[in-house]
Amino acid sequence: MTLTAPLPTDVEDEAAAPPPGAGADVRKGGWFVRITIIVIVALWLVPTLGVLITSFRPESVVNTSGWWTTFAHLFDSGQWTLENYRQTLDAEGFENAFLNSLAVTIPATVIPITIAAFAAYAFSWMEFRGRYVMFVAVVGLLVVPLQMALIPILRLFVDGAQLGGVTVFPDLDLNGTFLGVWLAHTAFGLPLAVYLLRNFIGALPSSIIESAKIDGADHFTIFWRLVVPLSVPALAAFAIFQFLWVWNDLLVAYVFLGGTSENRVLTIALQNLVGSRGEAWHLLTSAAFLTMILPLIVFFSLQRYFVRGLTAGAVKG
Amino acid sequence: MTTTVEQPPIAPEPEREAKEPPKARHTIGMVALRVVGALVVPIAAFVVLWLTFDFLRDADANRFVLVGVAIAVGVGGVFFLYWAMNWVVNWLPARYREGVRPYVFVGPALVILAVFLVYPVINTIILSFGDRQGEGFVGLDNYEFVFTDDSMQRAIRNTLAWIVVVPVVATSIGLAFATLADRLRRGEAVAKSLIFLPMAISFVGAAVTWLLIYSFRPEGFGTNIGLLNGIKSGLGLSPTPWLQETPWNNLLLMVIMIWLQVGFAMVVLSAAIKSIPDEIIEAARIDGASELQVFRRIIVPSIGPTIAVVATYMVINAMKVFDIVFVIGGAETNETEVIAERMIRNFFILDNDGRGAAIAVVLFLAVIPVMIWNIRRFREQEALR
Repeated sequence: MTLTAPLPTDVEDEAAAPPPGAGADVRKGGWFVRITIIVIVALWLVPTLGVLITSFRPESVVNTSGWWTTFAHLFDSGQWTLENYRQTLDAEGFENAFLNSLAVTIPATVIPITIAAFAAYAFSWMEFRGRYVMFVAVVGLLVVPLQMALIPILRLFVDGAQLGGVTVFPDLDLNGTFLGVWLAHTAFGLPLAVYLLRNFIGALPSSIIESAKIDGADHFTIFWRLVVPLSVPALAAFAIFQFLWVWNDLLVAYVFLGGTSENRVLTIALQNLVGSRGEAWHLLTSAAFLTMILPLIVFFSLQRYFVRGLTAGAVKG
Repeated sequence: MTTTVEQPPIAPEPEREAKEPPKARHTIGMVALRVVGALVVPIAAFVVLWLTFDFLRDADANRFVLVGVAIAVGVGGVFFLYWAMNWVVNWLPARYREGVRPYVFVGPALVILAVFLVYPVINTIILSFGDRQGEGFVGLDNYEFVFTDDSMQRAIRNTLAWIVVVPVVATSIGLAFATLADRLRRGEAVAKSLIFLPMAISFVGAAVTWLLIYSFRPEGFGTNIGLLNGIKSGLGLSPTPWLQETPWNNLLLMVIMIWLQVGFAMVVLSAAIKSIPDEIIEAARIDGASELQVFRRIIVPSIGPTIAVVATYMVINAMKVFDIVFVIGGAETNETEVIAERMIRNFFILDNDGRGAAIAVVLFLAVIPVMIWNIRRFREQEALR
């Protein structure tokens, strides 16, 4: 996805004369630039900072003073506590929700990547009927709103599907199971995954694949031993994208997994908490931070790959 | 595979298959084998997965064990699926093998897309003409509801505001920030990743974060701990119930999404700005262009296509916004309904499949132009390869 048209570069005057005054300050990163950037960054950080600070303050303090007043007594131990987290994890059931989020997110990331990588390889390096048409269909599916899929999938999970008295899709009672959520997330992530991975795998040099074939490797071996290792950057980019998407998802989990205290994931647990304890800010903030901690770690440690994935994946719906 | 019709090349080297001698003819047996290859093993694997879960559900196992097994089965199962299918293909008569193998590779993806995306799209369109259980036929009643119900009309109006305000504001801030950060001598990476940070936060988490900022307590009911009302009381003003101030509360909800998405716009646009050759910008400066002119006449036109992609992405996201409105709650009393939130409300909470489906179809119709645009762009790219 090259987005920028190459522009003619016919600079004749090589002597880079220092250009005259007007915009010099803006260009070189003078005060105007620096102050604007600092102001925007500060504005962007304040909301998260508020949550973080509030989550470590005792209930009584939270309710009687704004979190910003904390800066006046930074070193007063009465201002700080871990009790909120203990209460959220145990009494409010966020420990279980955290486990459920892991159980949903890890397979719902690995499954679509694996399926998409095989498909992307076939679309790039294998000949078969209908290849082009099928891939165009995948591109078309990129922007289908997942709201379009919710009702029929839920009906499939609950009742199965019959066509003229014949069971086409058996009633597997998938609703409220991890397997059901994985399948739904896999389907919703698959078009983008196939699209991105085919762009990458299709651009690998054909000489490598050809020479492996001459050496007698079959497609499975070429895929597994050659293409997968070479595609690690693209696979990682999509993995992070999908991980964040599934971890942060509320809608799919809400419809297919439900809000029972046994099954619910973090986002559902947090949404329930807003409903039941809407003014308990010491709990709400620590709960919110618990939902953020893992994506923030993933994001900061793998930011480079993530940015690459976003830059390439700007077309997803 | 010698009967393959001429089709536009989709891989860089279409002629490589031509080297192989003609093998199998396109017989019915061949087709049957492909179908079997593509379907039987995935279905078998699926049944095994399902049985494992059924067992786990009944066994009432320890939660840690269950989660561990779930992850192992989910991750291991999908690898096993392909390994097993490939193994089966290797047992086929040699002349069929390479004809079947591509379908083993793409089969699972196509089956999942067909069952969980293509079939549902068709089914939702049919359901949108049905009653609340999805049984009787009610004609256009559901669509009449969508366009005449008060709450739905507000939802459509609000969604229109979302898809204008969020993309315009977020793209503008993102572009401004990317342009300015590009001029920093140092600290550009840090500044960018701090703006980008909210991208890792869920809509639910963001909603809670901003609920704290908008938090309101009437005078005499305790200290206002929300930042906005905190500032107001610091100035000696009385607090405002921000989220009940129709119609401005809609803007306050949009701010949450803007906060989340500016980072995305900024990163993508920043990459595009950096790909503009320095010589062009320097040449303009030497010719006496001011920085504002450089921005308007060179930077913006050069990255025009990227701006279009970013804005389109945001329009689609804003059109489907659900979590923020749903978590903040009180959509009907505060008149902050949006289309996607109404869809869930009608289908899942009020249990009316027909109405829910009709609302989903409206969303779907709205993205069809983007779908066509995507396909056209893809075909142009392929034609260039």
